[in-house]
Amino acid sequence: MNDWVSPILFFIAATVGYRLISDVPSLLHTPLMSGMNALSGVTVSGALIATAFAVGTGSQFFGAVAIVLATINVVGGFLVTDRMLKMFKQGRL
Amino acid sequence: MSAISYKIIELVCVLGIVSGIRLMNSPKTARTGNLLGAACMLIAIITIMISDEIFSLNILRISLVLGTVIGCLLAMYVTMTRIPQLVALLNGSGGAASAIVAFVVLTGSSAAISGIARFTGAIALVVGSVTFGGSLVAVAKLDGKISPLPVVLRGHFILNLLTLIGTVILIPLVAISSSNTATMLSVLLIVISLIFGILFSIRVGGADMPITISLLNSLSGIAAATVGLATSNLLVVAVGAIVGSAGIVLTKIMCRAMNSSILDVLMGKTSLSTATQMALNSVGQDSSPQTSRTTPTAENISAVLNKATAIIGAAKKIIIVPGYGMALAQAQVQVKQLLAILEAKGKQVKFAIHPVAGRMPGHMNVLLAEVEVPYDKLYPMEAINPEFKETDVALVVGANDVVNPAARTAEGTPIYGMPVLSVDEAHYVIICNKDTCPGYAGVNNPLYLPRQNTIVLLGDAAETLSILLEKL
Repeated sequence: MNDWVSPILFFIAATVGYRLISDVPSLLHTPLMSGMNALSGVTVSGALIATAFAVGTGSQFFGAVAIVLATINVVGGFLVTDRMLKMFKQGRL
Repeated sequence: MSAISYKIIELVCVLGIVSGIRLMNSPKTARTGNLLGAACMLIAIITIMISDEIFSLNILRISLVLGTVIGCLLAMYVTMTRIPQLVALLNGSGGAASAIVAFVVLTGSSAAISGIARFTGAIALVVGSVTFGGSLVAVAKLDGKISPLPVVLRGHFILNLLTLIGTVILIPLVAISSSNTATMLSVLLIVISLIFGILFSIRVGGADMPITISLLNSLSGIAAATVGLATSNLLVVAVGAIVGSAGIVLTKIMCRAMNSSILDVLMGKTSLSTATQMALNSVGQDSSPQTSRTTPTAENISAVLNKATAIIGAAKKIIIVPGYGMALAQAQVQVKQLLAILEAKGKQVKFAIHPVAGRMPGHMNVLLAEVEVPYDKLYPMEAINPEFKETDVALVVGANDVVNPAARTAEGTPIYGMPVLSVDEAHYVIICNKDTCPGYAGVNNPLYLPRQNTIVLLGDAAETLSILLEKL
């Protein structure tokens, strides 16, 4: 993989994210934040690979802990966001 | 399938996640957006496991299932009042996960990685550990396990500076060292970063929690993105970077709403220390006979309640201003009942939401949505502030700093210049608060001074509102 791809992607993604989030109304800031929170658990994919290719039981154990923590982050984040968004209802106009 | 096709699937997943976030800009489509994001994440994770041929490893499967179960339990049983704690906790677990992955990559992976990758790995180690340390303190503060007041240690600034210098020196050292030295230095780096995280989080006051949580959210994304850079994992880079900048946007919005900079918050400048608070209060006390109101007699209370009921009964337009006190008293239910009664009587009722009301961005909206207050009755500050002038009653439920008119006049106080809801412009102001003590920012609220058109109903907001409901 070309060394430049990841850093460039980093800046593109950061810019896109900045634009997108600026459009979200303050009404939805809490679910937005917990949704973003869930996304930050994407590190689970790094944890899976690191654990699979780890040498030594110690590293494997740490890797497994990382997978558990990241998965809690992802699953808990998405579920609680859904729970909140379900509650937002429009009044009769 | 070839390696390229896996990369394409990952890219499609990133685009799906981006579209999901786009859908979050309206409450009508937000739920779909969240589900889309979750689905894309699931597909991306499965794709990575298949492409790296690690799908069958039991250690991975067991860890995934365990994490899923714990995550489900946390998400299902948390109450809406405690959402800020949960978000802070999840931030912490994400940060910890990133730090651990970086640690494993730096010290115990069979894959040989480049110097630059080791360098970004060391950064991930730092950011992840800071996020974890800071989040744990935030959870403890939000949950009332430790005092929400800013804690300033002797030589706090020096300590902060030392830990910061320590990390800056250690990062390149970890990057260039190998085997046992690398492990030792990494552990040291984790410890110093944890201390830094705890130090910065502990001196932030309760009122600044919305900013702190936004910042920690951003850090957890940056931690993930740097892990992605260290492991050449494009999915993690892209999604982590999005989360990182999202957190920065929210941090900026919160800072603007409090008229303070992120540095002020981190330095604890936005909350007064106890000593200055006392001094300020004693100065204010000379001209403010607040003491007469702090010990009301029983008849007094009922007379005041009757007056409040009469004023509300005669009002045509009412704006309700909720604050964190509403969440503490769990008064949302009564607020919703009040809304129903007032609307049945043909009155116009709106809600004014200050950007930093509550303990995280948008906290009040979620609490009111839970009791089925329609979201089109909730108005952000800029939209509703001009309307107070033509409003009969502004009903404040458990809010203090965000309605404090002193923010416009009291120079030199932490809230000076902070945009507030102009409740004092309404014909009548009725305040249901626990006491007349200053809010978290530590600044006296002139609304508590006896005025013709202000009524203060002291006590538990839920109880006060229940009595009002009966009388109406």
